[in-house]
Amino acid sequence: MTKNSTAIEFQNVSVTFTMGHGRAVLRNHITSWFGLHKSKSFHALRNISFRLQKGESMGIIGSNGAGKSTLLSLVSGVVVPDVGRVIVNGRVAALLELGAGFHPDLTGAENLRLNASLLGISRQRVKDLFSSIVEFSGIGDFINEPLRTYSTGMQMRLAFSVAIHMDPDILVVDEVLAVGDEEFQSKCYDRIRNLRSAGKTLMIVSHSTSAIQKLCDRALWIDRGELVFDGSAIDTIEAYEGRSLSRTRLK
Amino acid sequence: MWGGDYTYVLQNLIIKDFKVRYRNMSLGVFWSLLNPLVMLGVLWFVFTKIFPNNAIQNFPVFVLCGLVPYNFFSVGWVVGTTSLVDNSGLIKRVPVPREIVPIAGVLSQCIHIGIQVCLLLLFLILAGKSISIYWLLLPVLWFFEIIFVCGLALACAALNVYIRDMRYFVESTNTIMFWLVPIFYPFSMIPREFREIYQFNPVAALVLATRNILLDGIAPPETLQIKLVFSSLCVFGAGLAVFHTLKSRFYNYL
Repeated sequence: MTKNSTAIEFQNVSVTFTMGHGRAVLRNHITSWFGLHKSKSFHALRNISFRLQKGESMGIIGSNGAGKSTLLSLVSGVVVPDVGRVIVNGRVAALLELGAGFHPDLTGAENLRLNASLLGISRQRVKDLFSSIVEFSGIGDFINEPLRTYSTGMQMRLAFSVAIHMDPDILVVDEVLAVGDEEFQSKCYDRIRNLRSAGKTLMIVSHSTSAIQKLCDRALWIDRGELVFDGSAIDTIEAYEGRSLSRTRLK
Repeated sequence: MWGGDYTYVLQNLIIKDFKVRYRNMSLGVFWSLLNPLVMLGVLWFVFTKIFPNNAIQNFPVFVLCGLVPYNFFSVGWVVGTTSLVDNSGLIKRVPVPREIVPIAGVLSQCIHIGIQVCLLLLFLILAGKSISIYWLLLPVLWFFEIIFVCGLALACAALNVYIRDMRYFVESTNTIMFWLVPIFYPFSMIPREFREIYQFNPVAALVLATRNILLDGIAPPETLQIKLVFSSLCVFGAGLAVFHTLKSRFYNYL
């Protein structure tokens, strides 16, 4: 297998977070220098390795706090691994928490431009795509109103429209399919399917196993930071549901 | 990893800071003028009525030459320092080069300072001062002041992620600097043994150079210019170095 056919590769990746960082003040730093207070660490991910080919689509399942979002943040480059290596070939569009940089006092159009530029879309492309983004979002005339007048659904639709217009090689999606009404959701599914059939790589985190079954060939099951199962979407979902079933029986 | 358009992001971040700041003010841009005018009035009262100082002519121009660079330094430094924490949502969501955020914070102050520069020019005209060739030096000297403040902001913004009390340190230092930058006293009143140190402070150096150019109509001494450039570049380099060592764990602390 040539290296070029790899879209995403994780090599023994671990991520550790320090706990108690809500108290990032000088006093705590001084006490920890003198060893008076030990900060606890938390393994968000432990020794994860996998490889995703170009054009493959992978779902990630696991319970809350299993490390799914951390894994996507590693792909998008927001988080740097403490141990191991993350290799990403191609342009990533990460629909993590949507709407980076959105500010309630700016208008929809101003937020659109800011968000698009942060995602790495060039000035010229934003100009060309502007009307198409607005149209996809279905915001209409509200685009020139301040964002604080938008409903949550409208904000998410705007954010999603910007992100989906990035023309990525790799699309990373975190739970955002719960965005908007049914009509908008089906538009999003269509868009994601189009990207798939155009040979783009896809990575999705979702609690909805049916969404993963619909969109993915392959799935990872992560539990408490560890990779439990890596296989076809159906096998992984079966294993995951079997396990949670036996857990509820135990209770 | 992030293959975006740096100038476009910078432009949008600056527009955002500026609009957010002014959209919620009924007086809008006039706030930028009110602050130096009030300070000018107070300083004028104290230093012409209470402690009259005959060494100073053209008091309004003299003080504004000090206040404008000082205001840029103090506001830019504070805004830059808190910028990463204020924009934590952005840092945690997009892999945009982190350095852009504090730099945009500092640069967003340029618009606000530009208005104060206009006020200074207005007083210059009222004082009957004419334009000289040395005015061309001003943008260059200002460029280095901006570099200096960016350097400070980069270092302090990165530290502020780990030590949230950083902002109070910056604010206290600003109060001290108000007295240690020659805003309302001339260089000639500073005792000889301290003059050397004064010139290594880029803000003080800019104030002195601006007075040379605008009030005295002469070129600032070359040694002063060299010191301004030297200390600005050193601070900027140090700021970048601090930022680079600290940035990998921002996500964990924001």
